[in-house]
Amino acid sequence: MLFDWFVLPFTLGLAYLLVVVSVKFYCWIKALPYSEKQKLKKAIFTTKSLISFKEIVMESLLHRKIFKVNPLLGYMHMSLAFGWLLLILLGNLESRVFNHGEMGPPYVPIFFRFFNPNPTAFAFHHQFSFIMDLVLVFVLSGVALAYYKRLNSNTLGLKRITKHIPADMLALTALWFIFPLRLLAESFTSGSLGGGSFLTANLGNVLNSFLPSEILYYPFWWAYSVSLGLFFVALPYSRYMHIPTEMLLIFLKNAGIEEQNSHSGFTEVELNACSRCGICIDTCQLSKAAGINNVQSVYQLRDIRYDTQDLNRSLNCLMCGRCDTTCPVGIDIAGIRQIKRNESAPGLAENYTYIKPQPVQHADVIYFAGCMTHLTPSIKKAMVNIFKNSDINFWFMDEQGSLCCGRPQLLAGKNQEAKILMQKNKMAIEQSQAKALVTNCPICYKMFHEEYKLDIPVYHHSQYFAGLLDNNLLELNHLNTSAVYHDPCELGRGSKVYKEPRQVLNSIVALNQPNDDGEKALCCGGSLGNVSISSEQRTLVTKQACDTLLQNQPEILVTGCPLCKKTFQKVSDTPVLDLAELVNNSLISRKQKPKPLKKLEKIDQVLNSLVPNQTADLE
Amino acid sequence: MPDFGYKIAKDRQIDYDENKRLIFSEVAAWEPSIYRCISCGTCAATCSAGQYTDYSLRKLILLVKRGEEQEVITNVSKCLLCGKCQLACPMGVNTRNLILGIQNAVKKTTYAV
Amino acid sequence: MSKTVLIIGGGVAGLEASGVLSKLGYTITIVEASDRIGGKLNRWANLFPTQRPAEEVLNYLKFQLDPNTSIITNTKIDDISLGKTQVSATLSNGNCIQADAVLVSTGFEFFDARKKEEYGYKIYENVITSVDLEQIFKDGKELKTSQGKTPKRIGIIHCVGSRDEKVGNTYCSKVCCVTGVKQAIEIKERIPSCEVFNFYMDLRMFDRHFEDIYKKAQVEHHVQFIRGRLSEAFENPDGSVMIKVEDTLLGKPMKMNLDLVVLMVGFVPSSSSVFLKKGLQLETGNDGFFTPADEHYKTVCSNQKGVFFAGACTGPKTIENTITEARAAALEIATYLNQN
Repeated sequence: MLFDWFVLPFTLGLAYLLVVVSVKFYCWIKALPYSEKQKLKKAIFTTKSLISFKEIVMESLLHRKIFKVNPLLGYMHMSLAFGWLLLILLGNLESRVFNHGEMGPPYVPIFFRFFNPNPTAFAFHHQFSFIMDLVLVFVLSGVALAYYKRLNSNTLGLKRITKHIPADMLALTALWFIFPLRLLAESFTSGSLGGGSFLTANLGNVLNSFLPSEILYYPFWWAYSVSLGLFFVALPYSRYMHIPTEMLLIFLKNAGIEEQNSHSGFTEVELNACSRCGICIDTCQLSKAAGINNVQSVYQLRDIRYDTQDLNRSLNCLMCGRCDTTCPVGIDIAGIRQIKRNESAPGLAENYTYIKPQPVQHADVIYFAGCMTHLTPSIKKAMVNIFKNSDINFWFMDEQGSLCCGRPQLLAGKNQEAKILMQKNKMAIEQSQAKALVTNCPICYKMFHEEYKLDIPVYHHSQYFAGLLDNNLLELNHLNTSAVYHDPCELGRGSKVYKEPRQVLNSIVALNQPNDDGEKALCCGGSLGNVSISSEQRTLVTKQACDTLLQNQPEILVTGCPLCKKTFQKVSDTPVLDLAELVNNSLISRKQKPKPLKKLEKIDQVLNSLVPNQTADLE
Repeated sequence: MPDFGYKIAKDRQIDYDENKRLIFSEVAAWEPSIYRCISCGTCAATCSAGQYTDYSLRKLILLVKRGEEQEVITNVSKCLLCGKCQLACPMGVNTRNLILGIQNAVKKTTYAV
Repeated sequence: MSKTVLIIGGGVAGLEASGVLSKLGYTITIVEASDRIGGKLNRWANLFPTQRPAEEVLNYLKFQLDPNTSIITNTKIDDISLGKTQVSATLSNGNCIQADAVLVSTGFEFFDARKKEEYGYKIYENVITSVDLEQIFKDGKELKTSQGKTPKRIGIIHCVGSRDEKVGNTYCSKVCCVTGVKQAIEIKERIPSCEVFNFYMDLRMFDRHFEDIYKKAQVEHHVQFIRGRLSEAFENPDGSVMIKVEDTLLGKPMKMNLDLVVLMVGFVPSSSSVFLKKGLQLETGNDGFFTPADEHYKTVCSNQKGVFFAGACTGPKTIENTITEARAAALEIATYLNQN
């Protein structure tokens, strides 16, 4: 059997790695909630696994998403991941072909050139040597870029790079040494014993001309093995744990498993799947606009993974969800932050015994303005006017100032408090016997829509207007003006409502497109998600977002959230309007000009029920 | 002082010398914008909780500053955290974090006792 | 030929400085953006603290103007730059002006109360500003609600757009406190049966006679003062306005229905100051007002030679302070021109 003592560091390291990773995987899957385990069982022998496999190739090996961020950065990641894999696979193939199909111990293909320095008898010797050298160049180019990234990250599209912990630095150093050491070991071998191809043979000759290759090659094989072993041992405790974990995560996600309200096995998988690439640092507006560089998701995830508690860090986040959309691994970052907040439950338990049952009124549609809307009366007035104009029998549930929907409590990690408020509001909603709930506040919308589990549909006003327009219950003048639409975080990324506000706006104004739009839309800075930042820091975020939106000089800045509106008003010289105000301004009064209704064929059944007066007219 | 066998009812005065103001020092470190408050009362006027119960953030801040800790403790857990006060405050006090800070300080100091 | 001075802004400061400089023998050009000289005085009926008619002061300012002063109204400055000893300006009417010194007396603008949306200006019919109220007084009209009724209860809201970081103005506008008191008295003089409430954070009665009218408002006119800042206003179906404040001295939240709400709007820097700052390379503070060369002893000088300030362009000011400053500026300009 082929053996030399120097293979031990590598072999032991690999064995250690395999054991640790297997144990970790086992524990995480075991710690999945029952319902999620069932999902996994169902999914494992279906096409979902094939999809996962494809995704692993695209993301874990080729790093498609990182290519989208920056091609050079993508190439760096791809050359390291895909290149290394090629090196292993081709090395195995070479070894197998050479040994006539015999497997041998796992270190043989890794150290193939040591054991078979100049296999002249081997038929495909030159071809294999050439390919292996080529792949090594490929990998080394990635390593060179990684060195360079430390010096000048801007070239690779990163303004700021992650600050790493000692385990990461150890693994990183080992990783950085692996391939150059392989190059030198193979070159020295080639220099003294022959063999190799365009890279190793030539470099070997050059080195041999002034260095004693025959003495040096053996220590370099040792060094190569040691650096591999060191990397494998450090891997499970460093960010490189993402390499195996990311694959597991892809399987779990495709099986439909997601974050729950508390820390689960899936959370552990997500935490370990973070490669700390640092793309989220540049995406974060706190970093870009306010110069806050130590709270980003990469650090938050690391904190939780290593259990270093920092409550302030978990509260210092706008919860805008932008990093979720750029994370190349697709980690549910907002979900994990929320779990962290839930667990730490800052402050004291609140005492809401003073809240009495809310007064109730029967109506077809409930209008819930929300706390913030009481500070933007123009929106309230517009909403009421639009309802009246469309002859909707509505109840302005919080006309006199209301109970909060509960989302701010939820965002602060106060789940129990949120439940109490939800219960009080839900009771009033149910008693009113309304058939739908409309709110102009995306924060309330997300809460009613996702958490309340109401039996009636919940609409953001943009959706409601779109419905009214489709059903000819709303007729709007096209105003001769240009506008830009700001996606509120809770509505866009938070609730995936992008289409309806634009649909309504397109019938009123000429919409122009800002740089960061839709899923990439910036946060206004007013977010309730962030508890920590100062008013001045918020303003910095707001100014930058506002400048981005107004870059094409629209006449109006439109949004669909009272908090966004109020926040932008502080810094914007361009008028800031809510969608409701714009609709109200362009409203053609139905009282003055009755319009014959078209035959309603394709009406969404739910919207039909919103307008009983009108459907009655039709019959 | 001789013991007469009975106690005089607690003085209504704020005993500034006697009061410890432990909560205040905690809170000021957690959320320094407590120093910005000018007691205008906008927060209390807009407060959703204040409609239903005796709760005023303006008062709570003053109680914290004076060291009237017992009263702080009885009043600190009524907030709905809706953030309206933060949007209304003319001085830029970070009210939600301030309230969480007072609660955390109460938690810490009462446990310490 | 006498040396020339360009005065930007024909309000109180510009007119007073012009009068003094003419007497000292300089040739003056006043460029005024609006259609008439006199600035904000044109929009005011009576002045605090004595309630004398604003017209008296306006007449004085116009009377002491030299007939040879060139006054160009309805004209803006399109371009302005500093030479070694001269400033040159291109006007919106196409003319070019060369001057040996320039006085920036661009004053201020009123805070746009629509920015304080929760107070309902231009949303609720019965919410007006102190400027609107003064216009009613000036026009000699009767004070009515938008429904045409005589108001029975009026609320005067102080600090609208001042001392409020939510609208980006953290400074005190200085004169709204006393204006609020003055207008409260004037309302009571017209409608004695009307209840008038002033809602304030702090009342800054800093100058001579101010305290007197504060006392007069309470003792003679029974104006009530409530220490609390308005958080928001609601409109009732009858058009009256319900406001929410905390009566901070009682420590209780309070709501009150008002027939009319008057917002005491503060000062904001003139919109021209951004342009002038760039053209003349001047300095402004975080509040947007110009920063003088020294805040104690060079209040009328700028950081640029030959450029001087007078009036509210360097921050909120009373009329008497503006007039005093205009004279100081005139003297400073004369000294400067004599030295050169």
